[in-house]
Amino acid sequence: MISISNTTATLAWRNLWRHSRRTLLTIAAMVFADTLLVFMLGLQFGQYRMMIDNSLRVFTGQMQVQARGYLDEPHMFRSIPAADKLATSIRNNTRLDAVAVRGYGFALVSSGARTIGAQISGVDPQHEPLVSSIPGLVKQGRYLQGSNSNELVVGSTLARNLKVSPGDELTLLGSGRDGSIAATVAPVVGIFESGNRDLDRQMLSMPLDTFREVFSMGDHAHSIIIGGERSQADSIAAGARAALPADGELVLLSWEKLLPGLKQAIQADFTSAWFMYLVLIVLVAFGVLNTMLMSVLERTHEFGILLALGVRHGRLGRMIITESAVLAAIGLLLGMLAGGMVIWYFRVHGFTYPGMEAMGERFNIPSVLHPEVSLRSLLPGPLAVFIATLLASLYPIWHMRKLRPIEALQTI
Amino acid sequence: MNSTAVSCRKVNKIFAQGELAVHALTSIDLDIASGGFVCLSGPSGSGKTTLLNMIGGLDRPTDGEITVAGQRIDRMSMSDLAELRLQHIGFVFQAYNLIPVLSARENVEFVMQLQGVPSSERRDRAMAILAEVGLQGMEDRRPGELSGGQQQRVAVARAIVSKPALILADEPTANLDSVTAEKLMQLMRDLNSQIGTTFVISTHDKLMMSYAKRLLKLHDGRIIDDIIQDDRQE
Ligand SMILES: Nc1ncnc2c1ncn2[C@@H]1O[C@H](COP(=O)(O)OP(=O)(O)O)[C@@H](O)[C@H]1O
Ligand SMILES: [Mg+2]
Repeated sequence: MISISNTTATLAWRNLWRHSRRTLLTIAAMVFADTLLVFMLGLQFGQYRMMIDNSLRVFTGQMQVQARGYLDEPHMFRSIPAADKLATSIRNNTRLDAVAVRGYGFALVSSGARTIGAQISGVDPQHEPLVSSIPGLVKQGRYLQGSNSNELVVGSTLARNLKVSPGDELTLLGSGRDGSIAATVAPVVGIFESGNRDLDRQMLSMPLDTFREVFSMGDHAHSIIIGGERSQADSIAAGARAALPADGELVLLSWEKLLPGLKQAIQADFTSAWFMYLVLIVLVAFGVLNTMLMSVLERTHEFGILLALGVRHGRLGRMIITESAVLAAIGLLLGMLAGGMVIWYFRVHGFTYPGMEAMGERFNIPSVLHPEVSLRSLLPGPLAVFIATLLASLYPIWHMRKLRPIEALQTI
Repeated sequence: MNSTAVSCRKVNKIFAQGELAVHALTSIDLDIASGGFVCLSGPSGSGKTTLLNMIGGLDRPTDGEITVAGQRIDRMSMSDLAELRLQHIGFVFQAYNLIPVLSARENVEFVMQLQGVPSSERRDRAMAILAEVGLQGMEDRRPGELSGGQQQRVAVARAIVSKPALILADEPTANLDSVTAEKLMQLMRDLNSQIGTTFVISTHDKLMMSYAKRLLKLHDGRIIDDIIQDDRQE
């Protein structure tokens, strides 16, 4: 058996190099397609990773603890009791400092004659910089200091709409957790520009303890933001989950749950890209089909000799598919190698193209991309080309399946 | 050696060529004894190739019975026919008999490989038979590096190496010059007497016919003459 399949392999290998230029061109087409696919996928994954990292870095964090149901219906009363203690035990469990407590409320904000509805976030000025980039993005004035000082930082668009700058006072009017009226007057100490349109237009922050007082929150909060590296998300999540009470009233939410829009945008982008890749793969498959069909048809007489010698159609089919498999395997290896080298180069040196700066601004991402060098960049494209190549060789085999020896022998 | 290698009973072959029916073989009755050295002669279009193809199971008769090596082959399945050819029949065609990407030795070994002969034995037998047909030292050449006569010798070596019951050769000398052609005929005749393998060879060359122990003349798909010749070439 082994010696027979050896013959098949030897025959396949030699037959491939009968028309070495044709074979090389076919391999070149596969390698080109593979490289393109690896590069595009690597770039895409690199871009998604950057989009996610940049989005999460602004305000969301890697994951959050919230009261059950708060994400879907953010009522003030759906809050986390004894939130600071819980945050401390999460810090201990995860050995991560980047854990910050937040409360959220809604208020009408007035300055002089203008009144605008705004989202209020009560933040812990000590830990907030570890989970959010907003404290570092204050363009005028300064960020909050001390957890119970009476001061505000305001999003840039909101500040412009209210016509306030640091030093001006704002009046807040909303309702507290218990339904009471929540009202306060506080000075603006800083204006931030996060780059996120919604946050810049709608949000202002105040120190957490001040927030709790104004909105009658006691020791409650609405969210515990957990930062850290995304590559470590699983172990961080395990540590955080261990700190949650067993009654299930609190839930740990991943970024996919917190920002479903981002995830959907990525999936939609990925789907449309795959369609393009599919077209490329099909084109290459047809190229291979053409090569294989040509090489099979021109050997019809030879197949007639083989049939006359007593070779069965099944073996003939195996011979043809072995040729494609060898061809496809060479393409796969060289394609992954070439693709890997290309994305490795751009990972080190960065990749940019015209128009990317505009896009970078829109999606809040840097204008130089670093492709992701990973198996999920390297494998799917070349593997798809490999499989398509094998499938393409089925047609010539199907074509040969009923070849009669005399017909084959009469073909010159 | 009195058994029958091939027998045909009322074999007809009709090709449909468009509207026309071509009677390539008409009512062939024929018995060929084991160990025979038979020449099929006749002008072009007389049915030589068709008869050889029928006997070799490469094509089916329209009707009639064909028995080869004791087996009825006219109704055999494609895959059983392939097995029969592999085990019992060797073919030599007019030209382009060999697998171009394999060396002379590999071409000879190929059939043995299909039969499952172990590789060391294969090699020895291939080397021996190639020496016997006069190709010592050329075992590693590819067909493209051999002359037409040498290629036909490799084809004969490949056909005979696994000692089949029957070798069918369709105008094996047609592409060779007369000296080379005679050498090939002499070779086949020698192998026939040494090993006892039955040969059925088609030709329309008078000189080649003189090598036959038995000469069958075909005309318009019918056997018109059946001559037993003496062994004067030996
Ligand atoms: N596949 C075919 N289709 C139609 N007619 C055929 C076919 N093969 C052979 N013939 C016809 O059968 C007759 C015998 O052909 P063939 O056996 O090739 O003769 P030979 O080998 O003696 O020259 C010829 O008239 C030829 O045209
Ligand atoms: Mg003929």
